Amino acid sequence: MARPKIIDHNPDLAHHFESMDQQRQSSRLGMWLFLVTEILFFGGLFCAYVVYRVNHPEVFIFGHHFLDKSLGALNTVVLICSSLTMAWAVRAAQLKQRAILQLMLVLSFVLAGTFLGVKYVEYNHKWQHGLLWASRYAPDAHVLAEAGVEVTAAHAEEAVSESAGGMPAGETSPALEALPVDETGTRTPMDEVADTEISKIGPAATGPAGLATSGDLAAAEAERNAVSVDPANAKTFFSVYFLMTGLHGIHVILGMIAMLWLLKLAFQGAFDGGHYTKVDNIALYWHVVDLIWIYLFLLLYLID
Amino acid sequence: MAEGHSAVVTPMSGGASGENYLTTGKGPLSWLFTLDHKRISVMYMVCILGSFLLGGVFALLIRTELWAPGATIMSADTYNKMFTLHGAVMIFLFIIPGIPAALGNFVLPLMLGAKDVALPRLNLLSFWCWLAGATVCLVSIVVGAVDTGWTFYTPYSTTTSTAVVSMTLGAFILGFSSIFTGLNFIVTIHTMRPEGMTWFKMPLFLWSLYSTAIIQILATPVLGITLLLLIAERTLGVGIFDPALGGDPVLYQHFFWFYSHPAVYVMILPAMGIISELVSVFSGKRIFGYTMIAWCSIAIAVLSFLVWGHHLFTSGQSGLLNMIFSALTFSVAIPSAVKVFSWLATMYKGAINLAAPMLYVLSFLFLFAIGGLTGLFLGSLATDVHLHDTYFVVAHFHYVMFGGTVIAFLGGIHYWWPKMFGRMYSEFWARISAALIFVGFNLTFFTQFVMGSHGMPRRYYNYLEVFEPYHQASTVGSYILGLAFMIMAYYLLHSLVRGEKAPENPWGGATLEWATASPPIATNFEHEMVGLDPYDIDSLTFDRETGNYVRKDPGSIFSKPIGEE
Amino acid sequence: MNQVETHQGPHVASVKLLLVVWIALMFGTWLTVSVTYFDFGAFNILIGLGIATAKAVLVALYYMHLRWDKPFNAFIFICSFAFLGLFIGLALMDTTQNQPEMIPGFGVPAASAAAPEMP
Repeated sequence: MARPKIIDHNPDLAHHFESMDQQRQSSRLGMWLFLVTEILFFGGLFCAYVVYRVNHPEVFIFGHHFLDKSLGALNTVVLICSSLTMAWAVRAAQLKQRAILQLMLVLSFVLAGTFLGVKYVEYNHKWQHGLLWASRYAPDAHVLAEAGVEVTAAHAEEAVSESAGGMPAGETSPALEALPVDETGTRTPMDEVADTEISKIGPAATGPAGLATSGDLAAAEAERNAVSVDPANAKTFFSVYFLMTGLHGIHVILGMIAMLWLLKLAFQGAFDGGHYTKVDNIALYWHVVDLIWIYLFLLLYLID
Repeated sequence: MAEGHSAVVTPMSGGASGENYLTTGKGPLSWLFTLDHKRISVMYMVCILGSFLLGGVFALLIRTELWAPGATIMSADTYNKMFTLHGAVMIFLFIIPGIPAALGNFVLPLMLGAKDVALPRLNLLSFWCWLAGATVCLVSIVVGAVDTGWTFYTPYSTTTSTAVVSMTLGAFILGFSSIFTGLNFIVTIHTMRPEGMTWFKMPLFLWSLYSTAIIQILATPVLGITLLLLIAERTLGVGIFDPALGGDPVLYQHFFWFYSHPAVYVMILPAMGIISELVSVFSGKRIFGYTMIAWCSIAIAVLSFLVWGHHLFTSGQSGLLNMIFSALTFSVAIPSAVKVFSWLATMYKGAINLAAPMLYVLSFLFLFAIGGLTGLFLGSLATDVHLHDTYFVVAHFHYVMFGGTVIAFLGGIHYWWPKMFGRMYSEFWARISAALIFVGFNLTFFTQFVMGSHGMPRRYYNYLEVFEPYHQASTVGSYILGLAFMIMAYYLLHSLVRGEKAPENPWGGATLEWATASPPIATNFEHEMVGLDPYDIDSLTFDRETGNYVRKDPGSIFSKPIGEE
Repeated sequence: MNQVETHQGPHVASVKLLLVVWIALMFGTWLTVSVTYFDFGAFNILIGLGIATAKAVLVALYYMHLRWDKPFNAFIFICSFAFLGLFIGLALMDTTQNQPEMIPGFGVPAASAAAPEMP
């Protein structure tokens, strides 16, 4: 008895499936499951972000002043445009429009490259000023000072009203002296941080033998404030920033490689038969890369 | 079926053409690049059993070292490496891929009456990921074996000088292997079920693989990012887990156990699935409580994500969270117990056939019950403070993982061996070996319960004299285990060349894998299959001449050609 | 196969729909940036997350075709966020419950914390 139910003779049908519909549903379900793993993969970093932000809000308020909001917004726009072109590419592949498919893939690739270019400008700026992850965190004094100026300009009114309410003037240090001073006291990026937004957990540094924490929190805090304008563990923000954007950047690069592969296939006419699963799956992946960036932009650049 | 009964070597044969999946395609490349789930499963099985051997050698070295207090055969540093490598190899290389990749891969499409898994290329990629990950791990063992314990806790793992980066990189790659297998199983079960096989007509092994796959999909990526962060911590110093750089080492434990607790259910759930199949077949009875067992698999998968904090009871976790996690931990006992009672009820008044696979089922029920109940001691806050980090934990873990998973894995290997290789092994030696494993296991690990409750800490190189008799009994037990496995290796390998030819259905299973040749042809079935009741044991009758169980209505499992109905 | 077969074939999104969604996403981005110039206190982050989620839903429904896809695919996607929430939520519950004063020697001025008892 021969297999009785072979009804679909499409050349793109793999031997173990019975119909194109079954094959398409399988690959789509598989891709969605893969996207679930991507969400949870990034999820670990989001968890670290939330835990540190909730426990040390001042670190994030301080740190985000060093990210360029307009460059972040530009990159968001770039990625949204690339999502559009990828969605359009899927449509073109479905309708067997080879030329449009090629155009859309090229556009997506160029937009992804633009994203990385902007990212390079941002990383380069941070690299030059020592605004790096924890063990390499060594910010230039003048960068901290400039951030102070920006803060004053953008939040002058609130800052004045807040510090008028009795913000104690810190001891001066070389970095602090570089900051513009007005009659209400010293301006630092930290001035706008409300008391409720300051971490309740002390810095872990030194302490009784065998313990990570100092016996005298207040003294340790005062000692720190005397030499630095940044809050304790400001470096954590930059660790989180580089980890999240770095992992996202790696995904962008992988996406670009996949786009090149699709482009090669498109030029070979692999999608002329309307079997567009590969385009569909890579578009799905790319949309998730876009989705993650939408949240990264909000959570890293638009704090406060 | 005594050993050496069949002296004449008969050629392996499969379907009508005489070909089977083992003979279709020759040479190593036809294996390494195969898309056939059966060949991938055989390759997985060989590699996984190799890892089991490696991990077992580490275990025997540990037990030998612990024969007497102080130095016996190795230095303290070497000992630290040994128990770390024993854990890492057994967990990441052997037991997590074990049942799903080696047995599940073979059986799942067959049980569905399908020609292959839904995504065969991904299946092969999964195996390659396993090979790559295992290679990186082995290189790491050679260049600077880790000594942190298999959990890689910070700050041990950030301060030790051993090869943490390569070991965690290996485990990271192995994670992909696990994800791809799980993903493939979910897709296959969703899209490839045959006509007539609704969700609640699936064999329970498939339910358990499905639940396992849910955990693999949702938990493994978190391990991936955890290990990646650990690598970044060591190479770049990002400080997420390092208190000196503003990080939180307890956060590492949350990250790690968010994966690794569900991962123990990746290990035990498929084992439970095997037991569900075996207990029904070897009791000659329909499985009791099918629907509850199926739902309990899903329930265990979901609950497994809610209990990870019980590993942090003594890590300074908040009191409130301790109580929440303790209560949730107890809740996992409910679906597990429902399953155990269902298996016992299946055996009740059954025609029990004490063949080797059934001996493993009985071992499982006994050992898993002890392992599960001692888990409750560890889940309650007050007793856990006393028992934490003692041999009690080690014994509990081994009763569940060895007494549960490995025993069921062995039962599964013996059950499906005739299907996989078309040969019967020596039943006599199989029973001897099963009995020795049961005795050796209890001798090894029950003594550890006693030691642990008396306060013997785990992972210690040296110990008080008072523990010496227990340690020596435990070591003797481990040697018995080693002997039993050597016997098993001998008769299984022997069966490949000299075993009797296996019939299609030597045990009387009603699931679809028994309705094709042993070993199956490359495309699994000669006909389109329909899904019938997988536990309708009575639909089969024993044919004394061939030693085969045959369907009373042979045509019932074949799909009718269109127009014939 | 016992799945319900949809013989109408896969859905093709119209160019108009793709562009309308694109405009909505652009507007959402502008809105996200704009609201940061207003101070709503603790609500700022909630508003931001709300807009971001609305954007994410648009992308998922239309660009990722979830609206015309099998409901199960949407279900597993939502599940991933549910389990992520579980992970973050329970991990967060631990850190916000930190009780460092329970650590011997913590919070006592260094001078008076002579020879702290180690457990």
